[in-house]
Amino acid sequence: MKWNKTIPHLILAIVLSGQAWAVEQNNEKALAIVTESKQRDAGWVDASAEMTMTLFDKNGNSVSRELRTMMLEVADDGDKSLTIFDTPHDVKGTVFLNISRVLEPDQQWIYMPALGRIKRIASRNKSGPFLGSEFAYEDVGSFEIGKYDYRYVELEDFQGKPNHVIEYIPKYENSGYTKLKVWLDTKHLRQSKVEYYDRKDSLLKTLLLSDYTLYENRYWRANTKTMVNVQNKNKTILATNKLSFGVDFDPATFHRSGMKHQK
Amino acid sequence: MCRIISHKTRRTERHDSRTKSLPAGKRSCVNSRLFGAFTLLLLQSHSIGASTDGYLAAQTRYFPQNPLYAEQSEHSASISAELEQYYEVSDAHQIQVKAFGRLDSADSQRSHFDLREAYWLTTIENGSVSVGVQKIFWGVTESVHLVDIINQDDFVEDMDGEEKLGQPMVQLSWTENWGSLQGYLLPYFRSREYPSESARLRFPLIVHSDPVFQSSAGKRHVDWALRWSNYFDIWDIGISHFSGTSRTPLLVPELSGEVWGLRPHYQQIEQTGFEVQATLDATLLKLEAVSVYETGHGRNTAFVGGFEYTLYGLGGSSADLGIITEYQFDDRAGLRQRLSQNDIAAGLRLSLNDFNGTEVLALLATDLDNGNRFISIETERRLNSFWHLGIEARVFSSIDTTSPEFSFHRDDYLQLEIRRYF
Repeated sequence: MKWNKTIPHLILAIVLSGQAWAVEQNNEKALAIVTESKQRDAGWVDASAEMTMTLFDKNGNSVSRELRTMMLEVADDGDKSLTIFDTPHDVKGTVFLNISRVLEPDQQWIYMPALGRIKRIASRNKSGPFLGSEFAYEDVGSFEIGKYDYRYVELEDFQGKPNHVIEYIPKYENSGYTKLKVWLDTKHLRQSKVEYYDRKDSLLKTLLLSDYTLYENRYWRANTKTMVNVQNKNKTILATNKLSFGVDFDPATFHRSGMKHQK
Repeated sequence: MCRIISHKTRRTERHDSRTKSLPAGKRSCVNSRLFGAFTLLLLQSHSIGASTDGYLAAQTRYFPQNPLYAEQSEHSASISAELEQYYEVSDAHQIQVKAFGRLDSADSQRSHFDLREAYWLTTIENGSVSVGVQKIFWGVTESVHLVDIINQDDFVEDMDGEEKLGQPMVQLSWTENWGSLQGYLLPYFRSREYPSESARLRFPLIVHSDPVFQSSAGKRHVDWALRWSNYFDIWDIGISHFSGTSRTPLLVPELSGEVWGLRPHYQQIEQTGFEVQATLDATLLKLEAVSVYETGHGRNTAFVGGFEYTLYGLGGSSADLGIITEYQFDDRAGLRQRLSQNDIAAGLRLSLNDFNGTEVLALLATDLDNGNRFISIETERRLNSFWHLGIEARVFSSIDTTSPEFSFHRDDYLQLEIRRYF
């Protein structure tokens, strides 16, 4: 009797562990691809960009903002970035400093020129809109391997090119997403498309990355990023007008105390 | 930014052929260097070049109740302008000028001009030296700014203590792993201006314009200050010391001729300040404390502390609602008494995070000693890229007849301001 029960249990156990093994293989494959993609992009040191962010509402009304971002690569931790707003005019000169962390919340400060005040802000708002756009703070923060768990879904053609489809599952508990579905082209391992799923696991936003340009013979950057919110039908286009590497910033640039004199 | 473009310039000249793609933007260094050569000329001629930023604004204040004093005017209208000019002289040198002026229909004192900023800044490694007129803000709290002391309040502009007069100074700043250290030498004092007799929101007695200084050096007493600040993990900390002329005068009743008035007396003080903010998940915990020693009087203590909690993505929308509560304590009494001696301030900040940056801030302050209540509601939004609308309402409620604010008790007002940026 005992014997009879045990055999099916054993078979079940073997089947299950086989599946688990397959899942693990998939996860390892996904992690390897993402790691490779990150490594190909490592070593850029620093960069500065001039961007135009155009917000469209569902009726087609639009408004543009101009901003400049300075970025500093930090090995084995999150990167640092400093964003200066040039328009709209009433917030001109506002400076946003972000020190990304892998699993802890980012450290963020904002400098408000009208008050001459530097204020530390809670980074719980990672899922909140960046500048009133369809990009959330967590969408514009730096990508770090340790921020997600990975699951390989399939190989799929996107815009006529083969792409790995990988699910990124945020480890950060206050993320606005249950998962990101990312299409990485197999040749350059660049993101072609990202789908963002909200906390109810329904599709919230779709990001299309286009106009890829190769900088410094090594780093691919999408000069046009189009984020469409499929739930409220708003759209934001983030266009990079100019991007330079090897800027060699002053040491105090990414420190809170340096924010006031950024122009 | 110019610094960055110029670094980039040097690099691109060395490494690739993209030099030609340098922008002809107003802040490109090529242009700035040209501007730099003409800087003094431009400053002297008050020339408004293409790189000037600023705004023009029209404001009205509507007072629903009749004034308390016969000579006070009913309502008021004013226009104001702010102009800002920035010059990049070279990689390490910049000049910043910002000027503000207002013309007011009801208050000759509120019709004023002020050079908010006019300074030259040079950067060296991890530090900078700046000389000229600047605005410096210290502190973390919302309802009262205790440690903030470098600049005089522009009291006729607004009573909220956030509008400041430009302060002449020499500033040294240094930042290392151990934090950021600033030293200030303040060679000239700016007196506080008070509303005129015909204005609303004034004290029952007229404040004389020529103050008395405790120091024989008067306005030329050289004040100094030091501040160290740093952040560790969730903590932002600042420790400061100020030595010099108090920015807040004692208003001493004085009979001149047959009329009683108030004479401002500026005392010498030593003020040590401490500020800390803990940035938790969605909660900010804040504390500011000062210990003030006044020559010939003695030592006093004041603090303000509280929290700001934010509900992100209110009801599934992209709006945020912040809840602010702060307790204020100040043991200065008599002539030295502050409005924040034993008060609770509670407020709500709603940010819609929409296209137009719509924000509403509502604040209620209650005096726990005399029950005075002060309500302030401010709302602002962008109308388009150039136009901006701000509405403010302020209400003085259950004002105790013996309190210094009693002369404001009929001065509830609604203010509307429209700005055109350029």
